[in-house]
Amino acid sequence: MNPVEVLRFAVLGLAANKIRTALTMLGVLIGVGAVILLVAVGNGSSKSVQASIQRLGTNLLTVSHTAGGGRFGAAGQGGALKDLTPDDAQALVDKTLAPHVESAAPVQTTSQSITYAGQSVTVSQIVGTTPDWFATTNHDLGRGALFGTEDVTARRKVAVLGSTTVENVFGTENPIDREILIGGIPFRVAGVLETKGGNGAADSDDTIVLPVTTLRDSLTGYGSLSSIAVRATSSTDTALAQDEVTSILNNRHRITGSAQSDFRITNQQSLLSANDETNKTFTVLLAAVAAISLLVGGIGITNIMLVTVAERTREIGIRKAIGAPRGAILGQFLAESTLLSVLGGGLGVAAGLFAARFEVVGITPVVVPSSVIGSFAVSVAIGLFFGGYPAARAAALRPIEALRHE
Amino acid sequence: MTGPDAGRPAPVIDVRAVTKSYGHGAASVHALRGVELTIESGEYVAIMGSSGSGKSTLMNVLGCLDVPTSGRYLLDGLDVGRLDEHQLALVRNRRIGFVFQSFNLIPRTSALAQVELPLSYAGVRGKERRRRALAALDLVGLADRTDHAPNELSGGQQQRVALARALVTAPALLLADEPTGNLDSHSTAEVLGILDRLHDAGRTIVIITHEDEVAARAERVLRLVDGLVVADHRRPPVRASVPPPTTSVPVGASGPAVPFGACGAPGAPGAFGHSGNAGEGAHR
Repeated sequence: MNPVEVLRFAVLGLAANKIRTALTMLGVLIGVGAVILLVAVGNGSSKSVQASIQRLGTNLLTVSHTAGGGRFGAAGQGGALKDLTPDDAQALVDKTLAPHVESAAPVQTTSQSITYAGQSVTVSQIVGTTPDWFATTNHDLGRGALFGTEDVTARRKVAVLGSTTVENVFGTENPIDREILIGGIPFRVAGVLETKGGNGAADSDDTIVLPVTTLRDSLTGYGSLSSIAVRATSSTDTALAQDEVTSILNNRHRITGSAQSDFRITNQQSLLSANDETNKTFTVLLAAVAAISLLVGGIGITNIMLVTVAERTREIGIRKAIGAPRGAILGQFLAESTLLSVLGGGLGVAAGLFAARFEVVGITPVVVPSSVIGSFAVSVAIGLFFGGYPAARAAALRPIEALRHE
Repeated sequence: MTGPDAGRPAPVIDVRAVTKSYGHGAASVHALRGVELTIESGEYVAIMGSSGSGKSTLMNVLGCLDVPTSGRYLLDGLDVGRLDEHQLALVRNRRIGFVFQSFNLIPRTSALAQVELPLSYAGVRGKERRRRALAALDLVGLADRTDHAPNELSGGQQQRVALARALVTAPALLLADEPTGNLDSHSTAEVLGILDRLHDAGRTIVIITHEDEVAARAERVLRLVDGLVVADHRRPPVRASVPPPTTSVPVGASGPAVPFGACGAPGAPGAFGHSGNAGEGAHR
């Protein structure tokens, strides 16, 4: 018996019961497809978060206040903790003390609903800052104009809108120089930011940027800043920049030991790796669920092969009577189960790759090649392994008993 | 016709005190109780017996489908009891052709593929295998039915496919277990005609039957009762006409002479021993 013969017998055997074959293959198909798709979703979500972090720039440092943050007003953690102030931000831009800090901007965030033409719209983030913020956080101007330093010092009520906000509030209307109400206070729209693209979870384009002074005056009050955005001279200098920022702020806040520290510095790099960790766990969990379904598919193969062997016991007897050696019977049934899993796995790869072309719960799946190869290989191995027991049973049948079987 | 194979040392079948029992203890059934049997090359032997006489069990032992509980079975001088499973498969494949009452064709498989199957297991290559399978089908007169699956063939045609499958490996021994049991008289005649021609060509044939007209074709008739050979008749092989009276010899002390219908002359004193070794030449 050459391999082609064995394969031909296996195909004939499978073709004899097409519905059963199709359903068994479906089990493997779903298993393999699920592994590929779910791993792709996990990977896709990780990729999109990484991409949005990278869009902000990997040389971005964020100094945040340890005690609550500006959104909730004052620090309120006793006298030892000092607020982050716009002056702190100003102090960080110092070519001698901090040569690796390119720019720094204070950030005060709040959340308010805004009103335009009688319609109220919720904006996910309202940022109060200085003109340096745009360069520091990689935000480019789309239309109109940004506000300038004199707008900040004069506390003018001007606003720069993110592209999503513009769409939500104005639709196709030109927003420039229109007046919107933020917390009941009229602001003039000066410009619109270029679309940055978000990761679905938090749209970074749904934002309004105001002069920090105006925001603190009229909306949030004078507590601690939410954070200070710091841009290092290059992404390789973030560690140096971080040290410089730490020493300047420690000095300004009179902090001697780390226990007293009232601020925390995060850089995008550490955010990226933290995110990576979370996503890895997430992906592993998804893959585990999918692997279980692949295992169930494998058990389906065993079940069907056992039924097939029982049903074809007489045929096995005939084959043995005309001189089929044990190996030929074993090979035939093993080939059938492996063929089941190879075809099911192959179709599962196709289905998984096809499904991965569509967005799943707001995440664009990114197929991981190793998951494709791995799940296919596992499905083939499952066919060999789970088909092995029924095949061995078939091969061990005594010819006369098999022939008498009804 | 076969001549006396004086130069041949071993008979095709040499069964020595073979017993076969099923079950254990009080519930055990003794299907064979010490069968002695020798069949020479080229003989055409019919085994008769009522159901439960052990003839099918004997056939399964002869066909290496079943192993005897005790005793020895030498096939072409080869002690089958000493072979392992793989060697037994080889013996079944190369030396024995088996034809069953219920045809035992593999479902949904074309006649050609059925006949090629033993050759596939023997490792014969595609082209040669096809040639030999077609020749075997031609021999049974089914050259025009090679693509038909069993359910597209009549019973007689199915049995002829089974015959072609049994013959294709050119085995030393053709065993047929009631090959005409499920066939009408026309198909029976066809199948028996093929067996006759095979016999003429020198093939050793052992056939189980309970029909006298089938047994009449054979040159030697064994009768089995309760797991023992009780009669062994030999006669000149005359076919397709009323056979002349043959001799009949009771086997062993215990067995009475069982009349063998088609052969007439029951209980007539025989010239030949039951083992049949000496009898070959007397048919001339």
